[in-house]
Amino acid sequence: MIRFHNVFKSFPNGALALKDVTFHVSKGEFVFLTGHSGAGKSTIMKLLFAEQRPSQGDVRVSGFAVSSIGRGEIPRLRRRLGVIFQDFRLLEDRTASENVAFALEVTAARRDTIPARVMRVLTQVGLAAKGRAYPRELSGGEQQRVAIARALVNDPAILLADEPTGNLDERATRGVFQLLREINAGGTVVVMATHDLDLVRQAPYRTIELRDGSVVYDSAADEPQEEAVP
Amino acid sequence: MRLLFREALLSFRRAPLLSGLSVTTIAFSLFTVGLFLLVAVNLREALKGLEERVEIVAFVLRGTPPETITLASQDIAAFPEVQTVDYVTEEQALGRAKKELVEFRDAYRDLSVNPLPASFEIRLKAGYRNAAAAEAVAKRLEGFTFVEDIRYGRDWVERLDKLRNLAGIVGLVIGAAFAAVAVVIIGVTIRLTILQRAREISIMRLVGATNRFIRGPFLLEGALKGLLGGILSLGLCYAGFRLFRDSNLGTLSGLVFFRPDQMGMLVVFGVAMGLFGSLVSVGRHLRNV
Repeated sequence: MIRFHNVFKSFPNGALALKDVTFHVSKGEFVFLTGHSGAGKSTIMKLLFAEQRPSQGDVRVSGFAVSSIGRGEIPRLRRRLGVIFQDFRLLEDRTASENVAFALEVTAARRDTIPARVMRVLTQVGLAAKGRAYPRELSGGEQQRVAIARALVNDPAILLADEPTGNLDERATRGVFQLLREINAGGTVVVMATHDLDLVRQAPYRTIELRDGSVVYDSAADEPQEEAVP
Repeated sequence: MRLLFREALLSFRRAPLLSGLSVTTIAFSLFTVGLFLLVAVNLREALKGLEERVEIVAFVLRGTPPETITLASQDIAAFPEVQTVDYVTEEQALGRAKKELVEFRDAYRDLSVNPLPASFEIRLKAGYRNAAAAEAVAKRLEGFTFVEDIRYGRDWVERLDKLRNLAGIVGLVIGAAFAAVAVVIIGVTIRLTILQRAREISIMRLVGATNRFIRGPFLLEGALKGLLGGILSLGLCYAGFRLFRDSNLGTLSGLVFFRPDQMGMLVVFGVAMGLFGSLVSVGRHLRNV
């Protein structure tokens, strides 16, 4: 599903954000990306949804080559992904349902199917009763659930979560994390960047640790089905 | 399509102040353009009035036989530049002089012989009311042996030509300058709207909206603002026109407002500016992110 091969990414000032990063993610995996701020987690995320292109190396996501992706293809890639962020990125002047529906509307989904699909994902994230609430009327955890619902509504093959619990209290964090695990159990690949090590320890998932732009630890590296890093 | 309209209208509802400001800015930019156009239209109208007075008079030798006059009259009427030919007999000329020149009435009454010659009065067609055409016609009239003298106010017609050219050039330059300023102001206004909604655009891109999809509502919004601004500017122009006309009733008569097609053009210009400004601003924004 995801393939990083000898990926370098330099900032405009020449400093390297990623140095020779190689890893693969297979169908159905849940992967933690860990490391301190500035270690390169967010850069990997941005490469995954083609917000940026690698300076060197090969990035493949769900069949798209991000290194050489055309402008016109980026929306098609993003429709196969769901992305959530620390700051939720909801439209403040739209209700929860409208925020979720928005993701379907921009993809030219059939209009008559939209309400049912929105309701389905809002139910899945446990917010069926709050569809008419505006983001400011929801708690942080609830807002992140709306963002997750929006990310799920297009039935993505991969869910990218960039510090999804960074702004949440412990209880909300647990709730959101549990939701991500359920989504993964349904077959969706989840890549979650986080520096919450408690969370990482809680779950038996693969962990890739980054330091200064390099992969310093990959818990799957020893497993036989993973390709050896050259 | 419905979505397109909904999104465009939504932006008016969500940012009424900024939208109102954009429309007002567009309206005032177009208002200055409109005011200038009004001046240009009225200037042209006034020139047209002057043009209609371009007339060539060919004085006829005394004793020219009537059949010659009739034939010549037909010949002249067949000139491509000529609109009408009137033959004014000596008696008619005297009668007119008596009526129009009241102060000489007594002098004319005592005359035993009519001193005034007969003449052809020739008016030119609309496209030919200029010095070159008048001179060409005059040259041809000189060819008639019975024509004694020709007058068409050469200096005056030449000055009219110059005035017309000057008005055209000045109109074009100032008009273009005003229009350019309007374009810049409208572009800046729309850019503000887009910056205000940069976050929304980034979210749209994130969930897989194509650039075309993102652009749509902005273009429609720009066109709508242009439309409203255009209509508002027409209202402002009309108010300005009435105010000016009413305070100058004595000195300036015959002032005209835009014809419906000219009003349409101003509004279409507004719409085009709104569209164009949005296209440039959104395009630039989408390229930069």
